[in-house]
Amino acid sequence: MIDARQITSEFINEPVKKRSTIWKRVRQHRALYLMMLPAILYLLINNYLPMFGVIIAFKDINFTKGILHSEWVGFANFKYLFATTDAYVITRNTILYNLAFIIIGLITSVGIAILLNEIRSKISRFYQSALLLPYFISMVIVAYLLYGMLNPEYGFMNKTILPLLHIDPVYWYMEPKYWPLILILVNVWKGVGYSAIVYIASIVGIDQEYYEAAKIDGATKWQQIKHITIPLLVPIMTIMTLLAVGRIFYSDFGLFYQVPMNSGPLLPVTNTIDTYVYRGLMQLGDISMASAAGLYQSLVGFLLVLLSNYVVRKINRDNALF
Amino acid sequence: MNKKEKESWVIHLFFGITSLLMILPLLLVLIASLTDEQSILANGYSFFPEKFSLDAYHYLFILDPGVIFRSYGVTIIVTVVGTIVSLLLTAMLAYPLSRTTLPFRNAFAFFVFFTLLFNGGLVSWYLVYARFIDLRDTVWALIIPGLLLNGFNVLIMRTFFTTTIPPTMIEAAHIDGAGEARIFAQFVVPLSKPVFATIGLFNTIAYWNDWYNSLVFLSRAKFFSLQYMLNMSLLNIQFLSQNSQNTNAASLMQSTPQETMRMAMAIIGIGPILLAYPFFQKYFVKGLTIGAIKG
Repeated sequence: MIDARQITSEFINEPVKKRSTIWKRVRQHRALYLMMLPAILYLLINNYLPMFGVIIAFKDINFTKGILHSEWVGFANFKYLFATTDAYVITRNTILYNLAFIIIGLITSVGIAILLNEIRSKISRFYQSALLLPYFISMVIVAYLLYGMLNPEYGFMNKTILPLLHIDPVYWYMEPKYWPLILILVNVWKGVGYSAIVYIASIVGIDQEYYEAAKIDGATKWQQIKHITIPLLVPIMTIMTLLAVGRIFYSDFGLFYQVPMNSGPLLPVTNTIDTYVYRGLMQLGDISMASAAGLYQSLVGFLLVLLSNYVVRKINRDNALF
Repeated sequence: MNKKEKESWVIHLFFGITSLLMILPLLLVLIASLTDEQSILANGYSFFPEKFSLDAYHYLFILDPGVIFRSYGVTIIVTVVGTIVSLLLTAMLAYPLSRTTLPFRNAFAFFVFFTLLFNGGLVSWYLVYARFIDLRDTVWALIIPGLLLNGFNVLIMRTFFTTTIPPTMIEAAHIDGAGEARIFAQFVVPLSKPVFATIGLFNTIAYWNDWYNSLVFLSRAKFFSLQYMLNMSLLNIQFLSQNSQNTNAASLMQSTPQETMRMAMAIIGIGPILLAYPFFQKYFVKGLTIGAIKG
């Protein structure tokens, strides 16, 4: 990260000489700067320009007046947002789902990584391929796959599974109570292969001598896993978890919007900050409110990233992001 | 059977079942797409239907191919152009950042990195592309917003360049009179094939699977990407006939197998990925391992 003080002090202390050498060095590298230019411009437009747009959250937007000339309303949009039950519901959903994803995802993917590492045969390549496959499927297709299972009239659940158990058909897309479980299952199904591979990569990197020494001491497989593999995975587990914690205010828009097929009755359990902002912007046209929710998300998200990075730094400096 | 064999049996059983759980939903949809509509109306989607039929594919490819082929065309063009341009942009940003001699290098790195930490939110991002530079209802709306450059990919590439391109080689090329562009194109790129393949794959998947840009920026069907067209058809199967150039489409719809067609559309949407999967899967695992190293 740049140290601004250092650069400014360089300018102040030895203005003429330093500046000319820096200028010379910059000129020397102008081809490299030119190379970066298109990408820098893109980031300016795509990422930095919208950051100034956060002022919308403090305005009562009127498009005939334009964004800059619309009236300032201070924190009115936020007051209005937090006075609704929506603010509570979307915050609760976003955080609780993410917590479930983090905990269940960690357990399943570490478990799968350890087990997969135990089989040394050709077929483990097939298992790996099968596990990773859902990762490449778009959320739209996932919505189709789930529809094949849950369609009330023709779906596999209502037509084959439930009759076998003598249970009456369920109108899945109308019944909120099943969806927390469904969404968690879909999330694990789609993502477990990806994170398992990250863990497999670090298991492969563990020095074999540890295991050989343990075997000589008569350690069982289970003892080896408990006393060698898991402790050595803890650093990467910590990093992956803290990164996820930093993103706990964000949700996969596709998972919460496409997969439940934007079904109204399910909103109490499927609405998250991301889907709320989208609906506010595109469907309800409530730009100021959507923007207030978006800024709330970005700010808290930013603070959480800083916080989790701080914690990573405390644990192991090398693993910190910055 | 001794204890060790027993243990490995249990593990194989576990992975056998897990692998099936990953594949079965896809298989159900595939079989349903090949089922006769009457069987579905009677028994629902099933792994063992009474009667097979190719009616759904017949309708989609032969009777009314317009909508499918147009969105396929849009998606293929967008994926090819998007992948190439974004690969170039990423590399052209990552390479200078990997050069330790570049003044203000850390400032630029932070400029990239900060985009991963904080963003202006959907609303102002949307307004930039909808009001500031009006990309609505153009094919550019599928290529430019969001997908063109990803800070993570820049950091992965920079790490790769820093660790694999020896600075002495660049210096030697300088002394021989090669310019920066030439060094980049003739030395750095050929030495960095693995990372180009990895990031290229990430980009291809991102563009191929994207429906969000269509959802946000497009209102007319002309440039709908394949995934978004599938999304619309899932919510409303009539969507196909409404957007068909075939004037008889509406009446054709009356006699078409709607449920099996839905499932056939999912298969058409995922087909290329399934076909290419065995080839790129290996590469991707390698790439993930590169990505797992801190950027």
